[in-house]
Amino acid sequence: MPGLSGEGHAADEGLEGRFRSGRAVLTVVLAPFVAAGAAPLLVRLLGHRASFVLALVPAASFLWLVARTDEATPGILESTPWVPGLDVALDFSLDGLSLIFSLLISGIGTLIVVYAGGYLKGHPMLGRFFLFLMMFMGAMQGVVLADNVVSLFVFWELTSLASYLLVGFESSKPAARRAALQALLITGTGGLALLAGLLMLANAGGSWRISDLTGAGSWIQDDPLYLPILILVVLGCFTKSAQWPFHSWLPGAMQAPTPVSAYLHSATMVKAGVYLLARLDPALGGSPEWLWILTGIGGLTMLMGVVFALLETDLKLVLAWTTVSALGTLVFLLGPTHEPGAKAAMAFLLVHALYKGALFMAAGNVDHEAGTRDLTKLGGLMRVMPVTFATAALACVSMAGLPLGLGWVAKELIGAAKIALEDEFGITVIAATLTNLMLFCVAAIVAIVPFTGKPTEPAEHAHEAPWSMLAGPVVLSSLGLVFGMAPNLVADSLIAAATTAVMGRKATLDIVLFKAVDWKFLLTLATFAAGAVLFAFWRRSAARWRAALNPTLDRGPDRGYDHAMAGLAALATWQTRIWQPGLLHRYMAASFAVVTLAVAASLARGDVRFNLSFDGGRLIEWAVFAVTAAAGLVAAFATTRLLAVTALGMLGLGVAMIFMLFGAPDLAITQFMVETLVVVILALVLIRLPGFRLSSRSDRPRWLYGSISVGTGAIVTLLLLGVLAEPFDPRLSEWFGATAVPDAFGHNIVNVILVDFRALDTLGEIIVVFAAALSALAAIGIGARARR
Amino acid sequence: MNSLILRAATRVLAPMMLMLSLFLLWRGHNLPGGGFIGGLVATSAIALQGIAFGPEVARRTLVLPPAVLAGVGLVVAVIATLPAGLVELPFFTGLWLKLDLGDGAILPLSTPLLFDIGVFLVVIGGVCAILLALEEDPETDQAGEP
Repeated sequence: MPGLSGEGHAADEGLEGRFRSGRAVLTVVLAPFVAAGAAPLLVRLLGHRASFVLALVPAASFLWLVARTDEATPGILESTPWVPGLDVALDFSLDGLSLIFSLLISGIGTLIVVYAGGYLKGHPMLGRFFLFLMMFMGAMQGVVLADNVVSLFVFWELTSLASYLLVGFESSKPAARRAALQALLITGTGGLALLAGLLMLANAGGSWRISDLTGAGSWIQDDPLYLPILILVVLGCFTKSAQWPFHSWLPGAMQAPTPVSAYLHSATMVKAGVYLLARLDPALGGSPEWLWILTGIGGLTMLMGVVFALLETDLKLVLAWTTVSALGTLVFLLGPTHEPGAKAAMAFLLVHALYKGALFMAAGNVDHEAGTRDLTKLGGLMRVMPVTFATAALACVSMAGLPLGLGWVAKELIGAAKIALEDEFGITVIAATLTNLMLFCVAAIVAIVPFTGKPTEPAEHAHEAPWSMLAGPVVLSSLGLVFGMAPNLVADSLIAAATTAVMGRKATLDIVLFKAVDWKFLLTLATFAAGAVLFAFWRRSAARWRAALNPTLDRGPDRGYDHAMAGLAALATWQTRIWQPGLLHRYMAASFAVVTLAVAASLARGDVRFNLSFDGGRLIEWAVFAVTAAAGLVAAFATTRLLAVTALGMLGLGVAMIFMLFGAPDLAITQFMVETLVVVILALVLIRLPGFRLSSRSDRPRWLYGSISVGTGAIVTLLLLGVLAEPFDPRLSEWFGATAVPDAFGHNIVNVILVDFRALDTLGEIIVVFAAALSALAAIGIGARARR
Repeated sequence: MNSLILRAATRVLAPMMLMLSLFLLWRGHNLPGGGFIGGLVATSAIALQGIAFGPEVARRTLVLPPAVLAGVGLVVAVIATLPAGLVELPFFTGLWLKLDLGDGAILPLSTPLLFDIGVFLVVIGGVCAILLALEEDPETDQAGEP
């Protein structure tokens, strides 16, 4: 890659030779972040036309990636030193699997950015929208290109965060906020599981590089931690990719603006889980556990999604449920870890992204122009929105798996994968065939119901969408057609290369568009016919199905989520009441008791000597001690607050005098001033308190607090005696004494330490002073408001 | 508080304490003192004023609102760490400028001194913010307060 890896090759030597020191893949990841930062300014300058400038970023990435397709096997590995001291590097890899995802992210991303410019034209928050969207794009590129476990995780979480911001973009709508939070909590919880799983995996494999972990074969399966690792990683992937029972956030996420639904919740982010499963397949896959979990849950999700799609009336929700189903299919196909499955998964991945992206944008056009997405209200849009209709119909050809669409090719490959699995998993073949049948029906619903028939009321004032909103669906659905008729355009370069990366060995792909009229072909025809019949039934009685089933379905995982959230809030309230009673004396008592017990425990365990030598002391020392101790006793037995405060001030002054006696004037002056100001502040607080007397004995367990105080005092005394028994290490004070004048030009060592040697600490401390003052101001303000 | 003695004493004491605080700040690098102690002495002067003449007078002495003063101090302290970066030394490295005033008198100016001034301002601003907020009479209406 001359010209792009301008860093020379000297640095390569230390990186095992296979790493290049280029920055090209890094640029693909970082460029969207830069664009994200510039987006608000661009929108302010150019309005919605900023989308054309922003679209150049993913478009350039896309073209660069297309030019790199030949290099995808064996792949490009890049490493950029980041924190060399900690051996942290930005490792990126581009192989077949990364390539197909990265192409989808940048390619569909380009179209989505243009589309969003039209869809959200005039929206007051357009700049913020593009900021989030481009940030997501960069994060997603990071996920699929990262070759480091930690950076993969960081990007993974960034996609969840971007999704949260985008789902909740219409933040004035409570439903959008709820959906955003639900998506964040479910994917975030899965993210935590994934973090644990990835750390265990990296620990077991002894490397942070994903290419090291997956390149060594399935060694991990002999590790005793294999099952925990598998379960944790799968949890992360399943929550992200909306597998049952974590799927409920995905339909909810349809609250997001349609470009977001098309991009994040259909074509890219939800496939991150599928990506990671495929990525780790060489290391984790092939075991019976992997097979059962993926095939079982994937199959269930696949079937469930499409059934729910049939029961929806909202066009976007219909598409969302078929997305759930498609994600289930992908997981299902990755289960067996054999070549036909991987090939089918990669082909289906491409097909689904193309048709679903197009369909979501078409649905967005319908919503935008006709004002509703309700299937029961839509009809006859074909005449007013011919281009949208054509793209939707074309995409549905692919979705239904009809010949000429790329879906047909994928369907053939899925068929081959199913047959390879049939011996053990007869039932999954039935499930998959049922899914196909219903998917055909859903495709018919989406393509036919809104567009044909008598124009309904919304259709009368609708008109065709602007070209920026047509470009995306037209390009995507046409690509589905082109690739469907000439599958060899993508067969080797994308699908076979991705399969090679997943399987860890060279895969080839022979696509024959039409084999022969055999039983498989006849089964396909039968599926189509049954789908058509189902569609006919659906038209007649869908309303009745919904009425019968919706009450039951309402009690699904979505309701479970609500219960879990209510339970979490109750738990939080309960434990807060215990730990945070809001009573200062209880906090203090708990803190001192814990410290005392901890120190006592370590004193009792360790071999501690105490220095009990005593030189009699000077008279002035005795005097100061007597005054201080007396002040302490007065404070303990005081009956009014004012007396207690004054006695405490006296005690503090006694301590200051002790500092003075032992040669620490800076400390003594500080203590003096602090004590003075504390008494002033406390006196001011006292004026505001309702009663002047300390509260009565009954509501404070005085004996308990008394013993805690005495215990703390005793333990600290013992600790100090123990410290004195150790030989004094003068190195530090000698060093300060020796260097303060020559290095820092100061004779006052305390001040030299404060403002020069340890100035960073001091900076931290004054930040704390500042923050404490602001918090106190806020607290006083709240009190003042509450009184009014 | 309406005490003639306190008021008369404060008129003399507060300016002296403020000057003392500046003196402590200045000499801190070589003798007991420094930004922290100086700041506390100055705060005591402000507190005294607040008690004797009321918080409004104390606020006028500070010129800036106390929280703003603390923020300015923080900025000053951070600025003091930066010049080292310009001459490619690690941040926080102390830089010294010894002005020759003639007659053998040397005025040493340094980034540690600037840093100490920042500390001084943060302490005054931070503690006075709390003190003066508490000194506002809780019984009277505080329409001006946020």
